[in-house]
Amino acid sequence: MNAPVDSKPIPLSELPVVWTDKEKHRFKVARRSFVDPEILKTEYETIFNKCWLYIGHESELVKPGDFVTRIVAKRSILFTKDAGGTINAFFNACPHRGAQVCRERKGNAKSFQCFYHGWVFGADGKLKSQPGSDCYPDDFNADGQANLVAVPRIDSYRGFWFICFDAGVQSLPDYLAGAKEWIDIVADQSETMMTLVGGTQEYQIRANWKLLTENSIDGYHAINTHATYVDYLKNSQGSMSPVPFDGTGYDLGNGHAVIEYRAPWGRPVAQWIPLWGEEGKVELEKVHARLVERFGQERADRIAFSNRNMFIFPNLVINDIMAITVRTYYPTAPDAMNVFGWALAPQEENAWARKYRLSNFLEFLGPGGFATPDDVEALEQCQRGFESMLEAPWSDISKGMKKDKVNYDDELQMRAFWTRWQACTKATAAPARGDR
Amino acid sequence: MSTLTLANVTREQVEDFMFLEAEMLDEWRLKEWLTLFTMDATYNVPATDVAPNASPDSSLFYVADDRFRLEQRVERLLKRTAHAEFPRSKTRHLVSNVRIRSRSEAELDVGAAVLTFRTKMGLTETYIGSYRYRLVVQDGRLLIHEKRCVLDMDGLKPNGRISIIL
Repeated sequence: MNAPVDSKPIPLSELPVVWTDKEKHRFKVARRSFVDPEILKTEYETIFNKCWLYIGHESELVKPGDFVTRIVAKRSILFTKDAGGTINAFFNACPHRGAQVCRERKGNAKSFQCFYHGWVFGADGKLKSQPGSDCYPDDFNADGQANLVAVPRIDSYRGFWFICFDAGVQSLPDYLAGAKEWIDIVADQSETMMTLVGGTQEYQIRANWKLLTENSIDGYHAINTHATYVDYLKNSQGSMSPVPFDGTGYDLGNGHAVIEYRAPWGRPVAQWIPLWGEEGKVELEKVHARLVERFGQERADRIAFSNRNMFIFPNLVINDIMAITVRTYYPTAPDAMNVFGWALAPQEENAWARKYRLSNFLEFLGPGGFATPDDVEALEQCQRGFESMLEAPWSDISKGMKKDKVNYDDELQMRAFWTRWQACTKATAAPARGDR
Repeated sequence: MSTLTLANVTREQVEDFMFLEAEMLDEWRLKEWLTLFTMDATYNVPATDVAPNASPDSSLFYVADDRFRLEQRVERLLKRTAHAEFPRSKTRHLVSNVRIRSRSEAELDVGAAVLTFRTKMGLTETYIGSYRYRLVVQDGRLLIHEKRCVLDMDGLKPNGRISIIL
């Protein structure tokens, strides 16, 4: 049995979802958290409405007037750069009667006109005109009440923009805690700006969103789940460098976590593999030499040769592996999530490196890759397994707990997530009596 | 009967070729399916928010296979350890609206509509899209030089994966 052992059994409704026994090196998560609509409601109230959430990357808003619309925690958000160069995030809902003002995914516009009654707003959110304005008092918008409503908090770190719906949230740098120095390692890969390559991988998984959190920073599953990807690397002439998998996991505070490890695949910044030929070798040596000039040998080697699967609580993944993916995801139901994946690259990278980067990305990542479809399958199979949660109520996340120094394929990083999740939701392993 | 050439190939012959290809996919005759491609063939599925004619060298796709990776994709799909397709899904590719859009000395540019159903574990998913093929004739046989499937969807919802060949 994998239920907590105690002299007298404690009712599930009195146990937290995240149950841990440090002495016995046990860490359990109640499967209720993956299936119960009440938990999802609590997650929106205590996590998505309270935490800093990723909205977009600076490279998406380059020129004044550039805009992107994006769903963040169910809200449609209009993310803009205005004429003064300020980056803004507005609720994409007309202050007049509520219609979505902008219905395009992205573009460049001087103003946004709500098609319903014709109110026009600038990229700074200010009301510019409304038909029939003579029917309103002169001071109608003197206090700004007819402007687009701004998201309470917006801030960025190294090109990654975040918003928060809670005006009282701690500052973004404080919130990011130990994750900042790891974001630096990604941002430092460009001397000008990291940029999102055109194209979004958007997909839905029929599984609870937290399963993707676990999966995105899970070094343990690769050998089994991704057996065919490893076969592929072995089959591809010269697609591996002689580097064994090895590394460590870190708790970065506030629920953020990372695993850092060496791996045999090629990295466009900058681990060469024979497949990339002599031209590639010269190119990557140049990239590496420039990193040494900028950061010294040790940090340059870390940037170039180490892989990082990084998780920013509650739902941002930046995986700097055979390519860099930025991924965010939101639950639409306890057993469904929408996933958005992008490819991040140094802006100044030449066409050769960009081509290999994207090729590397697709080998492993995304719904058409040689690995991600099997992850999707694993998550959906977990969700099916949870149907027996009344009788089989616990998942186990204790790998590596007994060790002083954990390996990248232990589960410390997932425990960091779950510990923070528990602190936010205060959820119990079963509903309190009378709730059902 | 005259030998098949790029100059004399008819839409009906192109349709027969595409229907045969669909049948091979739906019957999981993937090794045989590979023989329909040239040795320098590519198979592409762009992301749903890039231009239909975008290049995988500069935009993010779902799939951008060269001949080698296409062969590896087939090898992978035929293994028990291709978990997303174990047990294998049932599929049905419906190919319609086939049209020769243009004909050069080197190849045919063919457009078509495609609807693919994938059923696994009680769930049926639909992939809606168009095909663009660049076909060549070698030794009197039609072969695929490029197969591109452009999805008419806003992302892969609720599909979650392209674990089959579209």
